[in-house]
Amino acid sequence: MYSSIQDLIEQATGRQLPLHRIVLENEMALTGKTEEQVYELLERHYDVMVSSAKKALTQPQQMIGGLVTGVASKQYAYETPLVGKYLNSVMAMALSASEVNASMGLVCAAPTGGASGVLPAVLLGTGEKLGCIKQQLLDALLVAAGVGALITKNATVSGAEGGCQAECGTAAAMGAAAVVTLAGGTPEACANAIAIALMNCKGLVCDPVAGMVQLPCAFRNTSQAVNAIISADMALAGQQSVIPADEVIEAMFRVGKMLPEALRETAMGGIAVTKTARDLTEGLGGRTIGTPGDPGKR
Amino acid sequence: MNISIFDVIGPIMIGPSSSHTAGAVKLARVSALIAGKPFKHVDFGLHGSFAKTGTGHGTHLALLAGVLGITEEDERIKLSPDIAEERGITYAFHEVELDDVHENTAVITFDHHDGTSTQIVGCSVGGGRILITKINSVNVEVSAEQPTLIMQQLDKPGVIARISRVLAENNINIGLMRFSRVAKRDVATSVPETDQRIRPEVIDRLAALDDVLWVTVIQ
Repeated sequence: MYSSIQDLIEQATGRQLPLHRIVLENEMALTGKTEEQVYELLERHYDVMVSSAKKALTQPQQMIGGLVTGVASKQYAYETPLVGKYLNSVMAMALSASEVNASMGLVCAAPTGGASGVLPAVLLGTGEKLGCIKQQLLDALLVAAGVGALITKNATVSGAEGGCQAECGTAAAMGAAAVVTLAGGTPEACANAIAIALMNCKGLVCDPVAGMVQLPCAFRNTSQAVNAIISADMALAGQQSVIPADEVIEAMFRVGKMLPEALRETAMGGIAVTKTARDLTEGLGGRTIGTPGDPGKR
Repeated sequence: MNISIFDVIGPIMIGPSSSHTAGAVKLARVSALIAGKPFKHVDFGLHGSFAKTGTGHGTHLALLAGVLGITEEDERIKLSPDIAEERGITYAFHEVELDDVHENTAVITFDHHDGTSTQIVGCSVGGGRILITKINSVNVEVSAEQPTLIMQQLDKPGVIARISRVLAENNINIGLMRFSRVAKRDVATSVPETDQRIRPEVIDRLAALDDVLWVTVIQ
């Protein structure tokens, strides 16, 4: 059993087991499922991730307001990305899953629906880059899920409670751990990658235009997917987070609590109350948005 | 670690928001199961973020779909107004302000065909997980992650013992049991969460116990 990133890392290191085995054992003990049953269920979730990350690459998805309809296919068709083909494909897949999600299509929450583009894009893109087989991707997914479960337990993954840092930020931390795993990094490097990814997006607010999970959500899924990869790369290069991952997670939770309600998924602050956002909202049937001056209820 | 990885990687769901769409479907679906009886009208009071950003997240469609028994993975969620109309069920949404509740809270009131009504308060706590906090003004805590019995009984000595004996005789282990009551010697609510699924004949036996008023199961 473990209750922190530190515990998890120590157990893996102490028992000389890969991280995914520790997460797997815990899941089996917790739910009574066999190893085969856990992997079978994991594969079902993975398959939904793959379909959401691919679906909009060639087929723009229709949605109320249509703010991000076609963003994935545009990125996918872009032939001269400065960041290279690997990151561009990660970006396109993050946009695809976000687009499918916004259109009320089928996605796998990871950790939430609003952040469901990060992990599929990071896993698939990196898997392809490194030539990983499916089993490796499922093992990396286990590690990511174990990290996400710890953040759920010790902080929050709800945008309404902690802002975007709790949703896309957690997804980035999970993705960073997955990338380190795929690249054969140590459990300790995983912990550093988790901490760095969360540090990189500390305080990120949730301010959806017209209250819809479209803008800036699709772009934030994309940037947090890239955050996951660069955080993993920093950790793999030997960078130390200095502040332990568990403390960074706790800090994320505290920052979330300090965010005003207007910046926690209420569409009452940030990008959501810009002039253009207000105009767009009115155009979508006159739904009113509050102002930053509205009294909070907490 | 007492949270399953599939509470994090998952649910497999219809977008866009695990808390505002998938969680709302589950909250409403579980509420309708607790209400138990068919209904002709349902009223949704939305608090906090549910009220502020619900429309854009499809929360209204999701809540309505949930009370109609549609699940989180069903692409018919966006068609829920049509399905309600087909079934002759009317509905209304309005904003409510509640004290000391989660940001994503809904008050769901079912008007049944027999003239009675059931009011459920619950919230969507993120990642598609939910918590039912009130059933007809009685405080409860129902997450519906394990098979869960919700029972109302008279607040008298020995009733709980009889309930747990029936469960024990049927080899059902109680993982967690919560109680609440309005006042001493009045009606009490007990919510056992069990490790095993509960068969219909066990529910019948529980419902037939002396001083047990009402039983429902969510699994």
